[in-house]
Formats: sequence, C-alpha cells, structure tokens
Amino acid sequence: MIRLIDVHKEYDNGTKALKGIDLRIDDGEFVFLVGPSGSGKSTVIKLITGEIAATEGKLMVNGYNLNNISGRQIPYMRRTLGIIFQDFRLIEKKTVYENLAFVMRAIGASPKELKRRIPYVLELVGLDEKAKQYPGQLSGGEQQRVAIARALVNNPSMIIADEPTGNLDPQRSLEIMMLLERINELGTTMLVVTHERALVNRFAKRVVAIEDGRIISDETGGYYNGETI
Amino acid sequence: MARRFNTGYYISEGFHSIFTHGFMSFAAVCMTVACLLIMGSFSLVALNLEHMLGDLEAENELIAYVEEDYTEEQARALQSSLEAIPNVSNVTFMTRREALDAFLEGHEDNPLYNELPDETLRDRYHIHVDDIELMAKTWSAVESLEGVALVRGAMKVAQGFIMVRNIATGVAIALIAMLVLISLFIIANTIKLATFYRREEIAIMKMCGATNAFVRWPFVVEGMLLGLCGALVAFFLQWGLYEAVARVVVQGNGLSLVTMVSFTTMIRYILPAFCGAGLIIGVGGSLLAIRKFLQV
Repeated sequence: MIRLIDVHKEYDNGTKALKGIDLRIDDGEFVFLVGPSGSGKSTVIKLITGEIAATEGKLMVNGYNLNNISGRQIPYMRRTLGIIFQDFRLIEKKTVYENLAFVMRAIGASPKELKRRIPYVLELVGLDEKAKQYPGQLSGGEQQRVAIARALVNNPSMIIADEPTGNLDPQRSLEIMMLLERINELGTTMLVVTHERALVNRFAKRVVAIEDGRIISDETGGYYNGETI
Repeated sequence: MARRFNTGYYISEGFHSIFTHGFMSFAAVCMTVACLLIMGSFSLVALNLEHMLGDLEAENELIAYVEEDYTEEQARALQSSLEAIPNVSNVTFMTRREALDAFLEGHEDNPLYNELPDETLRDRYHIHVDDIELMAKTWSAVESLEGVALVRGAMKVAQGFIMVRNIATGVAIALIAMLVLISLFIIANTIKLATFYRREEIAIMKMCGATNAFVRWPFVVEGMLLGLCGALVAFFLQWGLYEAVARVVVQGNGLSLVTMVSFTTMIRYILPAFCGAGLIIGVGGSLLAIRKFLQV
C-alpha cells in the first residue's frame, strides 16, 4: 500500500515539483498516473522508490515509513517494488535469462530459486523461448516484456511502470498494457505512469491526474480527456 | 530469500568483469605497474643509500685509551664492563705492543722509530656502536668508566652521517607517501572510468533492492585481482630493471665505492610489499571509484 499525505517537494534549484499531494493506493489496485510533462509525475515515482526525500508531508510505502527510513533499509523497501522504465534499461551484454538472474542475485536468491522462478516469469510474459537471446536480438515490445519480467521476478507486491509504452507502437503498447493488467489480476498492485490517452481510456481503471504539482482529479473507472497532455 | 554473503558469486563476478571490460582492466593493471615501478625504484634507491650509509657508519668507531699505570691484566679486565654499556656492539682490545706495531707499519725503514719502547703507547679498546645516533651517550658512558683515561672518535663525522641519513629517510618517506596517494587517485580514476560504463547496471541493481555491499563486493574483488596482477608484473619488471642497473654500476665502479644490495636477498620483503601495495591500490581505488555510483 502507498500513502502520501500532504507531500511537498522543492528541489535545490528552487523548483516546487509537488505542492501538497494526497494519494492512497491500496493493495491489488491498478492506477494510472497521468499528467503533462513537468507536472510532477516523475517526482512522485522518485519519492516512492526512495531516490529522493520529500521536503514536507508523510510517505508510507508497503509498510515502510519513508520519512524516517534509514539508508540501510531502503534496499529492503525497494524489494517490495518492481520498476519498469520507458527505455527498458536492459543490460545488453547479458542474455534475457541473465538479465533476470542478476536482479534475483542482487537480493540474495539461491541458484535453485533462480532456476525455479525465471522460467515461470518468462512464460508469464510469453518469452520462454527467448531466454538465451540478447536484448539487441529482440523487438522493442519483447524488450519491454523482458523489463516487465525483470520487475516481476523478485515477486514484488507492487509494480511501478514509468511510461512503459512510450517507445512502442500502438499494437505493442496494447499488448504490454494487457500484460500489466493480467499481472494485476494475479494480485500485484500496479501504478502506471503514462501519456497514452487512448490506452488509459480503453482500460477504464482508476486515473489520477496531476498538474503543476497538484492532483486535479482522481476517479475510479475514470477517463482522461488528454487536454493537458 | 535473502542470504547475507555470497562469496562465490562475488569472486566469479569480479573475475568475469575483468575480462568483460578487458581494455579498462588492462589500463588499470598498466597504471598499477607504472605506479609500483616508480615507488619500488625509489624505495630501492633509498634502501641502497641507507645500506651504504650503514656500511660507512659501521666503520665509525670510538677508541678508549686505558690509564697508563694499568697492567695488561687490569686493562683486559675492562672488556666486560665496556661490553655491558648499552649500544656497544663490538669491543676489540689492543695492547700497547700491538698499537705500536700498527703505528710503525710502513715506517720500518725510518731510524727515528727504531728504538721506541713498548710503553710508548697505551693499551686501548676499539669500540663499535649499534646506533651511531646514540654515539654521544655511549662516549660519555665509556669515558666515565674507571680505568679509561681518554676517549677519541670522529663525532662530527658521526653527526654528519646522522644528518644525511635523517634527511634521506625523511625525503624517502615523504616521496613514497606522495607516490602512494597519487597512485591511489590514478587507479581510482581508471577504475572510475570502468565503473562509469557500468553505472546503468549498478543503478538497476540498486533499484531492484541490492544493498551497497552487494554492489561493492564484486568491484572490490576485481580491484584485488587487478592490484595483485599489477603487483606481480611490476615485481618481475623491477627485478629485471634492478639487475640491469646493478650490472651497469658494477661495470662502472672499479674502486667499489658504490655497493648494491642483492635483489634476491630482498625478495622476501619486496614481493609482500608489492603485493600489499597492489592490493591497497586496487581495493582502495575500487572503493573510491564506486562510492559516487552507489548514491541511487
């Protein structure tokens, strides 16, 4: 569960990115976070992942109080999250299998756990045949599936997808979004940051719109008119 | 799921990344070799200087003249008291007769010295000291001994040696310390370049919940291996260089004014010193290099 209460963030250069955000995302929810560039979406993600600290307000992420979390605890908090980036961020010199294995090893998984979990996750994203291929040998959509598998492989309670379809054509974007929906149905909380108006409206999930550092609407089953995108 | 320490993984990752980033590894080893060669060469020059000064110091001695009215037995009885004085390394007794013979050596044909009586000179002791720096104290102790009439020695020469040695040691320590620091920063920058290529990998690991220790250890292992590799290459190059210089010194040193310590007698000190310095440079460099990239 994520809880932000009256969160403000002012960067060192004086930019006020967030001006009092209140947001609650319960376990199992699927939430779209939408808004124009510079509205504060990325700042929200960075606050949730512990990359930056809030200037003011309260933050709780999956049972961790980020207001007084120690540096040593941040890795353990991050293990409850899976993160998907717009540019995939796969390691080109590692195969699909190794890309997943290294994030499992990063949290101390044993070789036995790797052998059991990775094939399962690859099958879930439809890439069980591509385990030995390198990212450069895959299409954009397939690379994003690998990124989703990587986010999923440590079995996080929540996945944060930052513009996951930004580099994909409409058909691939739809496939990726359907995959995220399926993962959500299996019990993983999903927070998707996106610009894709058509996708947001097609899935009819909870939509949180942010503009100029403030939440301007929060509707379940809502639509996004996209004027501000 | 979490296990606290995965030594096998760290070693295999550290070893792997040396080959994965082959050119940067080569650059880091070359830098380590260059730094260790410079430090090693300078240390060996300082060590040889110290050795030569030591030889000269060893030749510096005190002469204690025994009271004229002492019999030879009484004079010989002083030996144990002299040997008991702190800092005295070696005491040699010389009778009046032996002293006179030594004096007359080379003057056998001079009639002026032909009929000198045995009692012309005194019984005496030639005293060598362990530490030339404590020579003044030893001098006083010998002088205060009952039966010793007079002490003579080249005190100014001894003080000159002390000054030269102290300056040489100070300069050597300062330069070696500076070279260690410079090496550390050069290696850190070389490894930082290698780490820069892997910043994305590190960032992903951190975002997935890897602890700093988990990210750091493979780099530490890599630094250790690169440092050790550089140390071994530098050691053998240093050996060859030293032997080549020693040959030139021996050929151009007909009067044996300059003596050099044999490299083989120093191997048991030089090899661990090189390996230790290589490890410190490698591991220190890795830790310095990776510090910035862990702040994700």
